[in-house]
Amino acid sequence: MTTFNLTETTASKISSTLTRLRHQMGAPAVGMVLTLVTVVDEAGQYDALRAATDAAREHPSRILVVIKRDAAEPDRLDAEIRVGESSPGEVVLLRLYGELTGHADSVIMPLLLTDTPVVAWWPGECPEIPAKDPIGALAGRRITDARSARDGVAAITGRASSYLPGDTDFAWTRLTPWRSLLAAAFDQPVGKVVRGVVEGAAGNPSAPLLAAWLCERFDVPMEVAESGGPGLTRVRLEVEGSGELVVSRGDARLATLSRPGQPDRRVALARRPTSELLAEELRRLDPDEVYATAIRRLAAMAEQGRL
Amino acid sequence: MSETDAPQVEETEQAAATPGVHAETAVLAAAQAATTATTATTVEANPLRDPRDKRLPRVAGPCVLVLFGVTGDLAKRKLLPAIYDLGNRGLLPPGFSLVGFARRDWAHEDFAQVTYEAVKEHARTPFREEVWKQLSEGIHFCPGEFNDDGAFDVLSMMLKEIDETRGTGGNYAFYLAVPPKFFPTVIEQLKRTGLAQAPDGSWRRVVIEKPFGHDLQSARELNEVTSAVFPEKSVFRIDHYLGKETVQNILALRFANTLYEPIWNRGYVDHVQITMAEDIGVGGRAGYYDGIGAARDVIQNHLLQLLALVAMEDPTSFDADSLRREKEKVLRAVKLPTDLATGTARGQYARGWQGGEPVVGYLEEQGISPDSATETYAAVRLEVANRRWAGVPFYLRTGKRLSRRMTEVAIVFQRAPHLPFSKDDTEILGQNALVIRVQPDEGITVRFGSKVPGSAMEVRDVNMDFAYGESFMESSPEAYERLLLDVLIGDPPLFPHQREVELSWMILDPIEEFWADHGKPEEYPSGTWGPASADAMLARDGRAWRRL
Repeated sequence: MTTFNLTETTASKISSTLTRLRHQMGAPAVGMVLTLVTVVDEAGQYDALRAATDAAREHPSRILVVIKRDAAEPDRLDAEIRVGESSPGEVVLLRLYGELTGHADSVIMPLLLTDTPVVAWWPGECPEIPAKDPIGALAGRRITDARSARDGVAAITGRASSYLPGDTDFAWTRLTPWRSLLAAAFDQPVGKVVRGVVEGAAGNPSAPLLAAWLCERFDVPMEVAESGGPGLTRVRLEVEGSGELVVSRGDARLATLSRPGQPDRRVALARRPTSELLAEELRRLDPDEVYATAIRRLAAMAEQGRL
Repeated sequence: MSETDAPQVEETEQAAATPGVHAETAVLAAAQAATTATTATTVEANPLRDPRDKRLPRVAGPCVLVLFGVTGDLAKRKLLPAIYDLGNRGLLPPGFSLVGFARRDWAHEDFAQVTYEAVKEHARTPFREEVWKQLSEGIHFCPGEFNDDGAFDVLSMMLKEIDETRGTGGNYAFYLAVPPKFFPTVIEQLKRTGLAQAPDGSWRRVVIEKPFGHDLQSARELNEVTSAVFPEKSVFRIDHYLGKETVQNILALRFANTLYEPIWNRGYVDHVQITMAEDIGVGGRAGYYDGIGAARDVIQNHLLQLLALVAMEDPTSFDADSLRREKEKVLRAVKLPTDLATGTARGQYARGWQGGEPVVGYLEEQGISPDSATETYAAVRLEVANRRWAGVPFYLRTGKRLSRRMTEVAIVFQRAPHLPFSKDDTEILGQNALVIRVQPDEGITVRFGSKVPGSAMEVRDVNMDFAYGESFMESSPEAYERLLLDVLIGDPPLFPHQREVELSWMILDPIEEFWADHGKPEEYPSGTWGPASADAMLARDGRAWRRL
């Protein structure tokens, strides 16, 4: 790993340093498939970067980390460039000071890989309308995380109002193993679902979102109930005339699937690290229409006071 | 294990089926939603499936995998780890159960321990306790010999019990990771115990590994054995090459782009070289290999399949039927050289140095008869007699104890019709080439001329490389993972059909007959690039093998 620090610099100096470093390492070709822009604060920078470099093993990328520092300082741009054997892509940490904190896009734009997708990711706080944010506007895919908001449930419920194609949220990504297990359970004829309950830790935004998705797909009332956690703990679906289909998970690792007339079965359903969530997001870069319908349904449910 | 060791399977088309199997059709429709997607029918079958929901993976339905030959190399190194890796990726259904069958005095726990060790040592994904727990709960072992009726009765009872305790619904896949001589016995047993017969609403599949016979006649006989018991659509033949990401990428490269199609024909292509080189010798496979040889072991299946994928016309869709139809058309159009003496070459490795180590010759290997005429290197010059390829030679070569391990398909293009440079400037300019690297370093290379920097106009060959996904091992699935999943889902496009197997033997049989009548293969020193006759074969055409 080669680290290179540039202080009081500009985007064009960063760009030429990147090119020079690549040539020095003897690998001048650009094999990267996308640019990932992470907007994060100094405290969250380490974790975000670690997840992004892990995800880059599956999707070699140029990772731009935007860290906004004190806006009262004089204007200044510091950059830390990391190119190395341990990670397949390139990493640039950008620290912005002064008025420049309001013009991050002017630094990002010249550093994007030519004609390849751009993904923006806010691991912490995110703009009100991600697609209208100057950096969000550059990206085809915008990833937020409702769980990092002070009120996660309110955050995910509000996503529908700011939704534009390309938006997605980790609260949704975290549901994929649950949704996959439930969908697999229904690959065999189960019967008609009449109502259901999703249980999860208080304030977990994924629980109401899963309820909204199930409500959307089955078109039956779904409730959200609180449990001790961790994370999602149980989904109960009442099947007409034959009892309940239940997926429950107490330890955040191993779940039990029970369905009418069949033995209980255990199935691994572990919570996934951020790097895997990010890698899943980077796999498909087209708008996630199913997510859109789920958050719209969630907003409608909240409006009717059904949460 | 070398790539050629992998066993092979038979295949099947999955859908049609016995009358009144609505449940299975519905299950299939739902399971395939993510890939094929006819919206209305899938939603009806399973409201949670939506073709637009691309995050949901294809997950197999509840089933049991019965593994014959669990003590073999293939099971330990590939199959058991692949099953764990599938589980780790959340692609195995709840209740999935694995039954091992072998002549060992083992209890369930002993087999679980063997599986645990295989997983620990060879799995691609990290070990996770909860995944292992899910898997180990479903591990069973049935001791016995293949000709022991009692053992199969026990197996049959055991499967019924698993259906009750694990909810696997009578869906069984039988994986025959055993030498082909045992196929008739095992399949007869499956028939006798009624295990081959699927009750309404469930399925039975059989997976077989190569070799699918050693000539046309034996391939047909083998097929008669399986097809008498299992319908063709329930037979999955594994050619593990087709599970490789890069091989599937040939289809994407050819049919998702506009860049290559216009030049993918006799108008631009000079010739095609398909190579599978191994650096290892015959090793522990002596018993099987002697008398079979490189051509039957590799050309008949892997290389002809690669040829078919490179040369075929575009299929109307990527379903099993259309894909196989196009591959069959190409195999049918393959033309052998008129003079087999000059159009083929074969060799046998002799004592030498391979990669810095002294190695013995083939005839000195343990278990090989000292006067064996088995070839360890084979090369053939084929043509594809259709409008697209007429006159373009396809050179296929494979060998053991060559200087390195490498599998690739190289499309070599014609020289530019006119070069507006002086002869000196382009003296070292070769032919453009597009190379699909299958292994070990999977990717694509484009070779073209470029100006050497400086004041003179000198043009020289350079390589442009592409490596994506496969270069990062932790995220790219093993071929066996993909193929096992396809078996459990019942998705057959990546498995060769019996017709393809027979067509391939029709290509190879005349060559084998000719070789059998014409003495012994030429010796070549280990660690080189094969016998001189192979180089002469291309030299006669004014060409040369790529130096790999």
